[in-house]
Formats: sequence, structure tokens, C-alpha cells
Amino acid sequence: MSEKQIITPTLADIPDGHAGQGFFATSIEKAVGLARKNSLWPLPFATSCCGIEFMATMASTYDLARFGSERLSFSPRQSDLLMVMGTIAKKMGPVLREVYIQMAEPKWVIAVGACASSGGIFDTYSVLQGIDRVIPVDVYVPGCPPRPEQIIDGILKIQELVGNESLRRRNSQAYEDLMKQYNME
Amino acid sequence: MYPIDPVRNQLVVSKLSDQFRDAIITHEILADMLCIIVSKDAIADIMHFLRDDNELQCNFLTTLCGMHYPDRQQFGVVYHLHSLQNNHRIRVKTTVPEADPVLPTITTIWPSANWQERETYDFYGIQFEGHPNLVRILNVDDMVGFPLRKDFPLEDQTREDKDDSMFGR
Repeated sequence: MSEKQIITPTLADIPDGHAGQGFFATSIEKAVGLARKNSLWPLPFATSCCGIEFMATMASTYDLARFGSERLSFSPRQSDLLMVMGTIAKKMGPVLREVYIQMAEPKWVIAVGACASSGGIFDTYSVLQGIDRVIPVDVYVPGCPPRPEQIIDGILKIQELVGNESLRRRNSQAYEDLMKQYNME
Repeated sequence: MYPIDPVRNQLVVSKLSDQFRDAIITHEILADMLCIIVSKDAIADIMHFLRDDNELQCNFLTTLCGMHYPDRQQFGVVYHLHSLQNNHRIRVKTTVPEADPVLPTITTIWPSANWQERETYDFYGIQFEGHPNLVRILNVDDMVGFPLRKDFPLEDQTREDKDDSMFGR
């Protein structure tokens, strides 16, 4: 075995603001974004092999907990990141949509793997050709299946979106239009 | 592999031939199992006979599924029967024309045919007359067409990202 590595704990980057003796001031948007992005509660929707890679991502070697996402939620009502991993059959489409609708705002979606992103090799009558046909997707992770490093990279991209999202985005016209596109209120 | 039992196969063939004559089109040994091809009009009677005959006792319907022969403009249905008493299996096939794919149901003979006939309808569009609930079972309810027919397009028709030139066509 190689010599012991010393891992220093990393802290989240301090947002722009004014610091002085005993105080730090920043905008509420940045503070909320900081809190949200470092404590995402993912809801795993794993249907096939990408789900196995996700299990590895959560386990000790890759340890998604390092990024603040150690608390998986198996209830859509208590999660803010829907992770769709695996082939979604057309018959599963309405189920996935229902799960998404049940999640409380703000919510994000990551499509892990070729199947969830585009249908993958299953270009056939029974498979949904990408989950973005039923729900809006924020980040796509390519791969068949993607390695845990890629899934972590996808989570980091989600964190970037979460941290920089305007507090008003979910009330905006653009967001309403997006939801309308998917026949959601 | 399944052991061939020539005596029992012969018994099945001779009994069916005696009973149904012209309805038995042909028979052969295919993949170690007796395969009897029968006309569609007699299928329900033949199934009844195979189940109720004291010697044949085909009391278990192993499987039932559809087939499509586009060059002959025919659909087919294959029934696998198993006699648990005799440890003997047979296969019965019948065909229907593409233009009029209708067969009598055998749910009255083996209730287990219910879901299998629904599946056959779902994928081939073969109608089973007298079936208590002939609706799709595996595919989405609003699907148009029957996906295992040979003329059903293999690829999903709603994809726009596939450039034919990338696939040599």
C-alpha cells in the first residue's frame, strides 16, 4: 500500500460579501444558495445498471456524502434532487412524472446514463426516448453506465446550478412556460 | 433436452386424427417435441379433447403466444400443452389470415390463457373471440399498432436526432 494520504477537510467557498471582526454580510440569495447546494437530498429513481453505479457512488470509496448529499430521501416530498438512473419504459413515464410532481419546489433533475438521457441503445417501441419527454432535466450525465466519478461530476454541475439560482426563478414567467411545456401547473 | 416418447406421440396423433380428421393438417417432431398443426376452426374442440381425454390428459397450458408470417400473410398462434400425469408435452399450432385474425378463446378450457391471450392480442392484434377482457396488458394503453408484427417499425418514430447517413442508409 502506498503511504497514508492526509486529507484536509474542504469547506464550501465563501460567497462575496463584507467581512469584519465577528460578522460576515452577504445577500440572502447567496446564503440560501450556499445552504441548498451543500445539503441536497437526492431521490434515487434507479431502474437498471446506472443504479448500481449510483450505489458505488454512495458507498465508501466515492462517498457522495462528501458533497453534502448523504441523506437520500425515498419520499419525493422530502427531496430536492431527482436522480433518474436507468432505462425508463414508456409505461413507467407517467409514474416518473407523478414522482416529479410530488416533489416540493425547488427541485432539480439529473438524468444519469444514456438511457435516461436519450433512450440509449433501446431505440424501440417500449422505451421512453429520454426522460426529458416527460419531465424537465437540469443535468445529463452520459455513459453506459457512467462511472461514479461522472455521476459526482453531474452532482457538482447540479450544485453549480443550485448555488447560482435566483430565488425568484421558480416564480418567473420562463419557469411557468417550462412547466406548461410539460403540462404541469 | 426433453426426452422424445415416440409411443405417446403416436398415441396423440392417432387419437387426434381419428377424432378430427381434416382439421389436423400435419404433424412433425420439432426441437424434440411433437408439433401438430391444426386448422383454426377446430382449435377449441381440439383443446377440449386434449384436456378431457382419459389417456391424453393435457391438463396444463404451459404457454400460448403469437407468430407472424408476412410472406404468407398469416398470423399464427402456438399452444404448448403439458400432461403432468404422463410427463408429456406437445405443441399445437394454428394460423389465421392477416385480414381476419380471429380465433376462439381457450380461457374457458384453461383460465391461465387469460393473460397470455391478452399478451398475444397486445403484440400481434389477434382477436380471441369470447375472451372476458381482451385489452392490452404489457404495452401502454394508448399505443397505436401491434409492435411484434413484422411491418411495425423497429425504431421509435419520434426520434429526431438519428441521422440516416450515420447508419449507412
